Order: sequence, then structure tokens, then C-alpha cells
Amino acid sequence: MIRDITIGQYYPGYSQIHKLDTRLKILLTFGYMVSVFLAKDFLAYLVIFLSLCLVVATAEVPFRFILRGLRPVFLIIAFTFVLNLFMTQGTDLVRIGALHITREGVYTACYMALRIIFLIIGCSLLTFTTKPVKLTDGIEALLKPFVRFGLPAHELAMMMTIALRFIPTLLEETDKIMKAQQARGADFETGSIFRRAKAMVPIFIPLIVGAFRMASDLAMAMEARCYRGGEGRTKMHVFRFGRKDAQALALFCIYLAVILVERIFDLQTFMLEMLRTFGMI
Amino acid sequence: MNALLLPTGGRVVVGGYDTAEESFVWEIRRMAGMVFQNPDNQLVSAVVEDDVAFGPENLGLPREEIRARVKASLEAMGMYEHRKMAPHLLSGGQKQRVAIAGVVAMKPDIVIFDEPTAMLDPEGRGEVIGIAKQLHREGITVLLITHFMEETVDSDRVVILDGGRVAMDGAPAEVYRQTEAIRALGLRLPFAVEVAAALRARGLPLGEDILREDELLDGLGQCLLK
Repeated sequence: MIRDITIGQYYPGYSQIHKLDTRLKILLTFGYMVSVFLAKDFLAYLVIFLSLCLVVATAEVPFRFILRGLRPVFLIIAFTFVLNLFMTQGTDLVRIGALHITREGVYTACYMALRIIFLIIGCSLLTFTTKPVKLTDGIEALLKPFVRFGLPAHELAMMMTIALRFIPTLLEETDKIMKAQQARGADFETGSIFRRAKAMVPIFIPLIVGAFRMASDLAMAMEARCYRGGEGRTKMHVFRFGRKDAQALALFCIYLAVILVERIFDLQTFMLEMLRTFGMI
Repeated sequence: MNALLLPTGGRVVVGGYDTAEESFVWEIRRMAGMVFQNPDNQLVSAVVEDDVAFGPENLGLPREEIRARVKASLEAMGMYEHRKMAPHLLSGGQKQRVAIAGVVAMKPDIVIFDEPTAMLDPEGRGEVIGIAKQLHREGITVLLITHFMEETVDSDRVVILDGGRVAMDGAPAEVYRQTEAIRALGLRLPFAVEVAAALRARGLPLGEDILREDELLDGLGQCLLK
């Protein structure tokens, strides 16, 4: 049923990661994304992979949850992989007609696919361990410095809060309208794609009208409760940057330093050289 | 009454403040809280306790004060154990109780209920009316706008509006004595009043001031004893 759709992918828990300051989590996620782009060889990827494993283990999010987060982008990953596999020039490994797979192709394909997977897992860890409401508050807190430059931080956060609040209500409304139309003989399930799309029109119009009515009711209720924008408003939840947060930040800095050092000094080549010198490969 | 809509003629004065005076608007809205008809369309946040905090946050109160008020008003409404829930998972009556908690957290002198029970089932209706009475006992003025006549019998004063004009005004016992006038306005009498009037017409010597069902039963008992 349509009402069962859950928005957001929060995984309820009480782990150390769940308890971190939301602002820090958002910033670290950005930092992590940068680090993934900084990594340019597989040794760096190994570092990223191990760090990710560590975070996942600390967050106590089950593995199948992580995989589920990858499902929507599976097509993109597959597409990137195949494209890179066949399109990269270099020494041929296999040749099938006009298509040829090169050694460099295999390398780049794995490299790009892993990059996307790392990015997605990193970002989804943020949403797995942070409630949408907290995320909104965190974004508001982080955008606050930009208010000076005319960025409506409070308004943006308020919009997100209200959206989160009304998504289930609107889904319920959609369900009700669909039932009402079906009771009068509407058919949403059979016919060509165009037919079905056309059958949706009588759902959307009442839904939009309903949404406007809700918005006007809500605006009235908000004003009745003295809402007058972000100015002079206090917040019940205040973020606190604690000792655990400082520790997490320190760990992240070490991680970032490792990635940077690896990149600058090209440690992968160096280690391969060493191994070769000592006759291990 | 809380300066959301301004009168087209005349003046509305709330607690000594004229609602037409713009500088009083926020004080009036704090003083006169309002609970609306649709429980879904008046909750702002996806978490119950955050929603209750919305009003006090707008008032710019310090954090500890907000926390204390949220806790107190949720407890008073019997919703404290649901404080972390999402409103869409609650029943209509519970949502309405959250909305009332949000209003109570602003420490109003008056709470206006705008048909708060129109969209609720009988159970939710009972909950909300019970809370309105509780607020009244705590010294808050309760103004209840309703179509359910039974909900009015416990009030101090009943005002019947007809097309925007005051048709009747008085204590419930006084107003409901004028059975014919009320029927002429297209309204039904509260159940007990209706039955008592019918019985009286059949010659039963019932007392004049029967408003509630238990009073009706008492009256009938006395008739039988005689």
C-alpha cells in the first residue's frame, strides 16, 4: 500500500555515530567526499575501505541496509563500469569484434565504480545515523553564517521541516483520492503507459488543491502560535560539540592526512617498487 | 479573537488589547491560543515534542524554560510517553491533544477551540472535551466553537450565532429553556433537554433545568417515586 512508503532511510540506533553532533557529521561527510576524489590509486582505496568498515561497524548499521542504499544507483554504477571498460585506450586484453577490453580499461572501470560506491555508502551513512529532523536542524545551524549574505537559512530549514511533516499526510491524502476515484470506476492499473498516465490526472488535481488548503490552514495555525520568521526565535534543541565529537574530528584528520600523504608521495608506486626490489613479486 | 482576522466593523478587545492595534498582535496571540478543527493541518513538526516546542520557541524563551514547558504540557495532556513519535502515527484525538499541548505551552489566558471535535470519533471527542474542562478548572478561559449541542451544557455561558449575529446569549439553562426559538434557528437541543421537553409535553412533571443525561435520570426517578 502507498501509505507504507517510508521516506528517508534512518536506521534507529544508539551507537556512537548516531550520537555525534549533526553539524560535525555533515561536515565530515563533505570532507570524506573530498577525500574520495583525492584518492587516485588502490592503496588509497584500501585506506578508505578500511575506514568505512570501521565506521559502519561503529554505527551498528546492518550490512544489508548499506547494500539497500546502493540499489537505486546500481544502474549508474553498472553503466559507468561498462563504459569505462570498453572505451579506455591501451593494451588489449580481449577483443570481441569491434569491442576491445584493455588492461587500462579494467583498471579505470574498477576505479570509477568503486569511487561511486564509496561516495554513496559514505553519504548514506549520514542519513542512516541521523534523523531527518536533526539533519534539518544541522543544516540550519551550518548555514547560519551565510545569513549575513542574504541566505534564508531559517526559512530553508522550516520548509524542510514542514515537508518532512507533511509527506506522510500527503501520501495518505493520495491514497484516499485514489480510493475515491476507484470507487467511482477509475482504472489505474490497466492500459498503455499513456492511458495510465492520463488516469493519474484526476488524482493530481485534487491533491494539489488539497495541498494548498493544507498550506493555508497550517499558515494560519503557525501565525496563531506567534510564528513570525526566524528572528527572535529560540530553539529547544541546541547542538553541543562534546569530547566524543572532538575525538571523531581528530580521527578524521588522521584519516585525511593518510590519504593526502599517500597522494603526495605516491606511496603505492613506492611500495610496489620496494616489493619488487626485495623480490616479493 | 486572536487577530488572525480583523473585524469589518466594531472592535474586538482581548484582555484589554484592541486586536486592530498592530503592536498588540503578538501579545494577543500568546494570550489567546487557538486549537483548530483539522488535527493534521495544525502540527508543524514531524516529532511531537518539537511541535509542542514550536510556540515557546517563537516567543524566544530560554532553552530550559522551553523544555520545562514542553514536558509539563505534554504530561498534562497525557502525551508525554509519545513525545518522540511522528504525528501521523497518532490517532485523531491524540493529535488534537498534541495541538492543545502546543497551545498550553505558551501559557495562554484564553484557549479558543474552533470545532476541535468535528473530525474526531466519539472517543477522541470525549478526550478533547475532557481536556477543555480540565483547562477551565485550571483557570484558563475556554471558548468552544461547536455544532454539537451536548458539548455546551457544561459551560458558563452559551452564545448562539445565526448568520454572524448573536441570536441568543445566556447561561445554558436559560438558553435551552427557549426550545421553540432554538428549533426555529434550525438547531437541535441537547439530547437530555430534548427528551425532557417531550416528556413534559406528555404531562410528566419534570423540573425546568434538565441539561444533562444524569439530571434527566434523576428527574425521572423522582417522578417515579411520587
